[in-house]
Amino acid sequence: MNETPKNGLWTPDQPMVSIKDVHKSFGPLEVLKGISFDVMKGEVICIIGPSGSGKSTLIRCINALNDIQKGSIKVEGIEVNDPDLDKLELRKKVGMVFQQYNLFPHKTALENVMMAPIHVLKQDKADVEQRAYRLIKKVRLEGKETSYPGELSGGQQQRVAIARSLAMNPDVMLFDEVTAALDPETVKEVLVTIQELAEDGMTCILVTHEMGFARELANHIYFTDRGVIVEHGPPASFFAEAKDPRTQEFLSQIL
Amino acid sequence: MLDLLTPFFRRLYDETGWNFVIFYEQYEWDRFVAAIWVSLELIVASLFFSLVVGIVGAWLQGSPIRAVRLFMSGYIQFFRNTPPYVQLLFFFFVLGNFTPKVDMGGYYEPMITSFGWAVISLSFFAGAFNVEIFRAGIEAVPESTREAAESLGYSRLMAYVYVILPLAFRVCLPSLNNNLVNLLKTTTQAYAIAVPEMLYTLNQVWSDNVNVPEMMIILFVYYVGLVAVLVWGMHRWERKMKIPGYG
Repeated sequence: MNETPKNGLWTPDQPMVSIKDVHKSFGPLEVLKGISFDVMKGEVICIIGPSGSGKSTLIRCINALNDIQKGSIKVEGIEVNDPDLDKLELRKKVGMVFQQYNLFPHKTALENVMMAPIHVLKQDKADVEQRAYRLIKKVRLEGKETSYPGELSGGQQQRVAIARSLAMNPDVMLFDEVTAALDPETVKEVLVTIQELAEDGMTCILVTHEMGFARELANHIYFTDRGVIVEHGPPASFFAEAKDPRTQEFLSQIL
Repeated sequence: MLDLLTPFFRRLYDETGWNFVIFYEQYEWDRFVAAIWVSLELIVASLFFSLVVGIVGAWLQGSPIRAVRLFMSGYIQFFRNTPPYVQLLFFFFVLGNFTPKVDMGGYYEPMITSFGWAVISLSFFAGAFNVEIFRAGIEAVPESTREAAESLGYSRLMAYVYVILPLAFRVCLPSLNNNLVNLLKTTTQAYAIAVPEMLYTLNQVWSDNVNVPEMMIILFVYYVGLVAVLVWGMHRWERKMKIPGYG
């Protein structure tokens, strides 16, 4: 292969998401100072760390909600740090769920799930509707199809948001502190939904404070502080043998 | 219709001197009915195009291109800071001079009639306010909602049409309502460029019949009625747009 196409030829044996030496600044404030890691297909990655450490910024960079100043982010071979990036192509592959759910308040739960496939992918409405019913069922919200977001609890809204992302058939899901705004009882229902997704083989990148969840489900945990990855590893060794004092301090506070 | 009204209003005139001539003389009645149509057409066209200007303008205002944003703010400054009456005269007498004339079979008429100029001028006048009203509504839509749309693959335009605008509309309907009521009333200024709407027509009627107070009453009743209909419609719309559990 002497002439690689612009977006490369991605094969499933290569990292699905490949992050190399990513630098990101907001004005004079450098938030990410050279972050690198790879995510393989089907992996569940948890990014943890104190607030302000750049976790959310990092995963927002993966679907180009934030741009980066230096480095490379590749999603299935698509270079995100490229002025000619086809954002639609990228966002078809990457689904994102937010801390504040961010549902469209003027549409019912079902319509929220149906909107993007119809508007963005121009898919047939009847097909999309069938799929949307299935997705609503998958996130255990049967019977809530015609409810508006304002009539749903936080946990229910978050599950609609997950279904909404899944409707686009993404290959990677990004979860940005999706349980941080929920009360403890509803955290669980959202985590179960994500767990089922992971078990179905969905590639997931989560920014989270749910250590129990990370320990149980993550293939790999990254601890970030002040814009760098301080320590990382599979959960068993990460929690048992954290070496860096910053990691130890963080874990002692949170566990 | 006129047949039904004639006996009462003729008797009213004979017995009291109150001269509602438009209700008992065919010629004046025809003028009056024509004026209703002209004023309704003027109002509907101006309302419609001012909304178009507002929606497109608010979109342009958020443009990433600086020149476009500057153009928009210039437009708003001009139309907001000058009297609509002066704008109307400017459009008709100044710009009207430069528009080509078309051959109407022996005689020439300007391509844009006084009615056309009134619609253009009033739409841009009220449109400037609508842009600002929509902008306020758009700014009330949280950035995070926009991001959610963006991350689902929506382009800026699609997010504007399907997500931002429907939400912004709900926020700005009350102020939009105000501005549209104002526009409805401002259409009477088309009188200045001889658009045969209600004020212009009744002015002719009272010049011919010396019945100013009577025709004034008609004018007031007419506009009170029109505004009531508009406000009723807007409120209905507001109620229809209400989202359960939101706002």
